[in-house]
Amino acid sequence: MLDALTDKFNNVFRTLSGRGRISEENIREAMREVRTALLEADVSFKIVKDFTEAVVQKAIGREVIKLLRPGELMVQIVYEELVNLMGPVDTRIYYVQPPPTVIMMAGLQGAGKTTTCGKLAKYLVAKGHHPLLCAADLQRPAAVEQLRTLGAQLGIPVYTDDSKVAPHGEVAKGAAVSVCRAAIAQAKQTGRDVVILDTAGRLHIDDALMGELREVNTQLKPHQVFLVLDAMSGQDAVNSAKAFNEQLEVDGLILTKFDSDTRGGALLSAKMITGKPVKFIGTGEKLDALEEFRPEGMAQRILGM
Amino acid sequence: VPGRQIDDTFLTEIEEKLLQADMGVGNVDRIVTAIRDKWRLGRIRNAPDALGVIREQVLGMLTAAPAEGAPPSKSDDRELHFAEAGPTVILVAGINGAGKTTSIAKLAWLLKNEMGKKVMVCASDTFRAGAVHQLSIWAERIGVEIVRHKQGADPAAVAYDACEAAKTRGIDVLIVDTAGRLHTQDHLMRELTKIRDVVTKRIEGAPHEVLLVLDATTGQNAVLQAKNFGQAIAVTGILLAKLDGTAKGGVVLSIKQQLNIPVKFIGLGETPQDIETFEPKRFVEALFG
Ligand SMILES: Nc1nc2c(ncn2[C@@H]2O[C@H](COP(=O)(O)OP(=O)(O)OP(=O)(O)O)[C@@H](O)[C@H]2O)c(=O)[nH]1
Ligand SMILES: Nc1nc2c(ncn2[C@@H]2O[C@H](COP(=O)(O)OP(=O)(O)OP(=O)(O)O)[C@@H](O)[C@H]2O)c(=O)[nH]1
Ligand SMILES: [K+]
Ligand SMILES: [Mg+2]
Ligand SMILES: [Mg+2]
Repeated sequence: MLDALTDKFNNVFRTLSGRGRISEENIREAMREVRTALLEADVSFKIVKDFTEAVVQKAIGREVIKLLRPGELMVQIVYEELVNLMGPVDTRIYYVQPPPTVIMMAGLQGAGKTTTCGKLAKYLVAKGHHPLLCAADLQRPAAVEQLRTLGAQLGIPVYTDDSKVAPHGEVAKGAAVSVCRAAIAQAKQTGRDVVILDTAGRLHIDDALMGELREVNTQLKPHQVFLVLDAMSGQDAVNSAKAFNEQLEVDGLILTKFDSDTRGGALLSAKMITGKPVKFIGTGEKLDALEEFRPEGMAQRILGM
Repeated sequence: VPGRQIDDTFLTEIEEKLLQADMGVGNVDRIVTAIRDKWRLGRIRNAPDALGVIREQVLGMLTAAPAEGAPPSKSDDRELHFAEAGPTVILVAGINGAGKTTSIAKLAWLLKNEMGKKVMVCASDTFRAGAVHQLSIWAERIGVEIVRHKQGADPAAVAYDACEAAKTRGIDVLIVDTAGRLHTQDHLMRELTKIRDVVTKRIEGAPHEVLLVLDATTGQNAVLQAKNFGQAIAVTGILLAKLDGTAKGGVVLSIKQQLNIPVKFIGLGETPQDIETFEPKRFVEALFG
């Protein structure tokens, strides 16, 4: 495992230290490879900085300096540290009594919220639940239609209210709260035990639209708020994840589009900046392409090894 | 700070700022090294000097002639190209959720209202739930024609019909929407090539533009996207969407350098008017603004 990185470390140490002993400076120098790998994987530069320093300190503490071929231990430390940062793993969904448990999706435009609502509903059905989808994106053209179509494909009911959709050029302010409230009421009446709220994509700096989400959050108190993020996101992932978390107290993260060849450093960035667990990763457009998050393999993927 | 002198702390700050803009480690290293060298030689001293160097370097990257071995293209060409006669076809592609359909609405609006063109859009995303409906709503709002089939139809067949309709109805510009797809999905990339081929066969010289829509929040993966889409459908320009957020979209520098694909438009919001032509100078200012 991670043989390529082990070799790199050994080579760097060999050239750096010549025949002499390895110094702390050598360790720092060797970590530049890891730094570059993480930056190329889109891990936030600030997190990369803290991470490399933490590894250097660990390496010193574990006396890497005394080893003849320190590559293996270095890689082990890097790997352990990365896996550590991604944990603790908690992919559970917490249900409330009496039902329904209300789950809200939030995130930037095009991240994959609506599709993930469908996927999560399917996942819940497989676990014996009876979800109701709620079309609370009253902004994007055909967003309601999109969720309705997904619901029909899955045979899962969708609460919609086309009369609340924002007319062209207007912001559907306040309507989301009433649509979500009505959906929750319908779930109670019809015995659905989970309500999944699809919300409109928005920028974390758009105060009007963030206000709408804050309103849903304070008035309806969804039991779990999931932030949906694109796994291909770059350095800005920390900014948006931080803002969404500060305003909504996010409970978990879902990273979509992991079926691409992205190294996926945004996962680490979002996890670190919010301190919230990654619940699921999306791995395709189809409605069964949702996986519970496992850190194994992810560290290697991010390192690009 | 205007009067600030260059020192190591300053250089680190610059490095971080540029990295944060998704410019990529290689590019950032090159720029920071250039500043450090000039500073050590005593050619520059303070922050404004350093910013001057960055501006120069980055503008150079965005506008310079292609590197040796790079594919020849109209690299500094940020104009849209129109057919000499008959309909101009603009093919639009990109990964899932990048902003294609909304960007098409913007282009349609721009072409119709600012350039007086007769525009038609083609709903060749027959896959994603609600996609045809989404484009239909935009077409109606903007007041342009649309050719569409049902969800699940063959996207190339829709393009075929749209080309024929554009010719008979005297359309100036036909814009083809396509389903979001990952650049790694070979069969879907082949489907895209097929759509392109159909368009080429139906209308002389088409597609006249092939725009790749990139999400400005995307990191280094955008280079791979541009590479694969470029190979499949010969991309002529980039539309960089979602620049109204806090992401800087610095990855287009690498795309320009490695693949020589120019940015033509930027997207700045969710309404049809939120589109601008790409201005390198303003883009560079925003990178470290
Ligand atoms: N390849 C891939 N595509 C995905 C995944 N999740 C979502 N998508 C696609 O990404 C695009 C955007 O997904 P949506 O679910 O519409 O995203 P959204 O966040 O609801 O978008 P807005 O409501 O406009 O903000 C669609 O084309 C989806 O099919 C995934 O895990 N992998
Ligand atoms: N803030 C902002 N949002 C944008 C911009 N362009 C598009 N969007 C939003 O991004 C989301 C996705 O846009 P679409 O146009 O549906 O993207 P797409 O590439 O067609 O998506 P698929 O067809 O599912 O692959 C929508 O919510 C749009 O309103 C932009 O420039 N700025
Ligand atoms: K996106
Ligand atoms: Mg949506
Ligand atoms: Mg689309």
